[in-house]
Amino acid sequence: MSSRTSGESLVTTPRHFQTRKLVNRVATVCLMACAAVCVVVLVLILGYVVYRGAGYINWQFLTALPKPVGEAGGGVANAIVGSIIVVGVAALMAVPIGIGAAIFLNEFPSGFLGRAVRFLADILTGVPSIVVGLFAYSMVVAPMKHFSGVSGAVAYAFIMIPIVLITAQEALRLVPNTLREAALALGVPRWRTILQVVIPVSSRALLTGMVLAVARALGETAPMLFTAFGNPYWNFDLTKPMATLPLVIYRYATGPYDEWHAQAWAASFVLVVVVLFASILTRSVLRSKFDA
Amino acid sequence: MIDMRSKPQPRGSGVTPSGTATPEGSFPAAGQAEAPLRDLSLTIRDVTAYYGKFRAIKSISLDVEERKVTALIGPSGCGKSTLLRCMNRMHEETPGGRMTGHVSLHGEDIHAAGVDPVVVRRRIGMVFQKPNPFPTMSVLDNVAAGIRLNRFWVSSAEVKDRVEKALGQAALWDEVKDKLNQPGTALSGGQQQRLCIARALAVEPEVILMDEPCSALDPIATLKIEDLMRELTNNYTIVIVTHNMQQAARVSDKTAFLMMDEDRAGFLVEYGETKQLFTNPKEKRTEDYITGRFG
Repeated sequence: MSSRTSGESLVTTPRHFQTRKLVNRVATVCLMACAAVCVVVLVLILGYVVYRGAGYINWQFLTALPKPVGEAGGGVANAIVGSIIVVGVAALMAVPIGIGAAIFLNEFPSGFLGRAVRFLADILTGVPSIVVGLFAYSMVVAPMKHFSGVSGAVAYAFIMIPIVLITAQEALRLVPNTLREAALALGVPRWRTILQVVIPVSSRALLTGMVLAVARALGETAPMLFTAFGNPYWNFDLTKPMATLPLVIYRYATGPYDEWHAQAWAASFVLVVVVLFASILTRSVLRSKFDA
Repeated sequence: MIDMRSKPQPRGSGVTPSGTATPEGSFPAAGQAEAPLRDLSLTIRDVTAYYGKFRAIKSISLDVEERKVTALIGPSGCGKSTLLRCMNRMHEETPGGRMTGHVSLHGEDIHAAGVDPVVVRRRIGMVFQKPNPFPTMSVLDNVAAGIRLNRFWVSSAEVKDRVEKALGQAALWDEVKDKLNQPGTALSGGQQQRLCIARALAVEPEVILMDEPCSALDPIATLKIEDLMRELTNNYTIVIVTHNMQQAARVSDKTAFLMMDEDRAGFLVEYGETKQLFTNPKEKRTEDYITGRFG
């Protein structure tokens, strides 16, 4: 039996209890509202793009070249392919560099140098993309004396590198040290520990970072304006100007024709689908055999 | 140059690995344990280890006998694990970790210039406090990891043989032989720890260092690992860090008792036969600790 004799009852002053319940209720509702706004914004954007763009999508739009002004129809096939090529080449440059740098920062801690690189990467993510475009312009376009797909890829790569680096470093940081030690204690050399233990364990998060970087680059318009420039025809030559989806959207959306506006919405829809598809595909490819 | 790759001759062959010129003779004797050199696996002389500026252990010397279980006991923070990690150069993997003094395996200084820490760790394996199977690998791949990751190519038949042997030695084969392709992390905690022991055994080391291998396990799993340790002394030398004095008394042949001084640096208080240390300690401080008066 309890020997407490404080006389305190389990029933506190009813008023206090009611107030607390009310505060609790209000706080919960406020937080839910915040969460709802985040989701609603996304749903509204996606919904409106689908509403305006999906209706215009047909086989021709996806497989044909743009038609001259005044002619109905035409498509953005060259821009879809151009976007994929430019972003693909950019990823080929940015992913090895970003992941390599992340491995250096995380697996070979070097104090000042590591902190400096990470700090600069954080700053680089904040550099406006139009500045990155100007930089690519002066580095690649100006010496070549004409716009080109490769200059667009360089601009995209500059945008992707810090994203890949930061997400990859976070991914590697989450790999428990006990696993590295387990491998090292088995007499596994450090490079094989990294390649065959650390990277497989973090592969999902690494890939998520890459997809994030690709998705971010796919939608960047500003750096394309004076690098890839755009092209109404098929072009697979990286040294020549190339069409990309953001350029098409920008050009059509700012143009004077209703037909162009409709195509801009449709191209936006395609862009959203491509990003969505890329992230779903990479995630399903990576699904390891051990996942439930 | 000392070649860490060649395994020493087995005992009884008449050739002691210390037959070659070694710096062994120049070290001060450990005081106790004046066993003939060929029965010594690890000799630790005057080891002082640091984390950055913090001195974790100071001037510890002891001899680890071949095919025996040596237990390191002492209160938390007295440097048992640090000393253990100095024995296979894992200490230097900790940021800021460095040490002075000598650790020798069969008379060969494991810190000598030209000695690859990777090769040292293949001969002196380690089992950690928490079971840490590689989460992306199956049971089979976990055990095979040390074999595969050390070489560019191993035939799958050889891998299978060595995995079966290692799992057998770790008393795990019967429990997992139908689960070889399941993830290592799907096993129970005790099975995972025996998997980690099998993983260490598969590399065929001479010495196995165990850092509180049972502290995350239930009593039944603990018992299995303790039985296993006794079993393994037929072929291996074992050094175990444990918080559990009953465990040290049950499994070890020799026990070292460590304490820390006022600067929180660990030092060796007493080292001797387990039976003697627990029943008739030479030092008052050892007696106080094992009778539960502090720590």
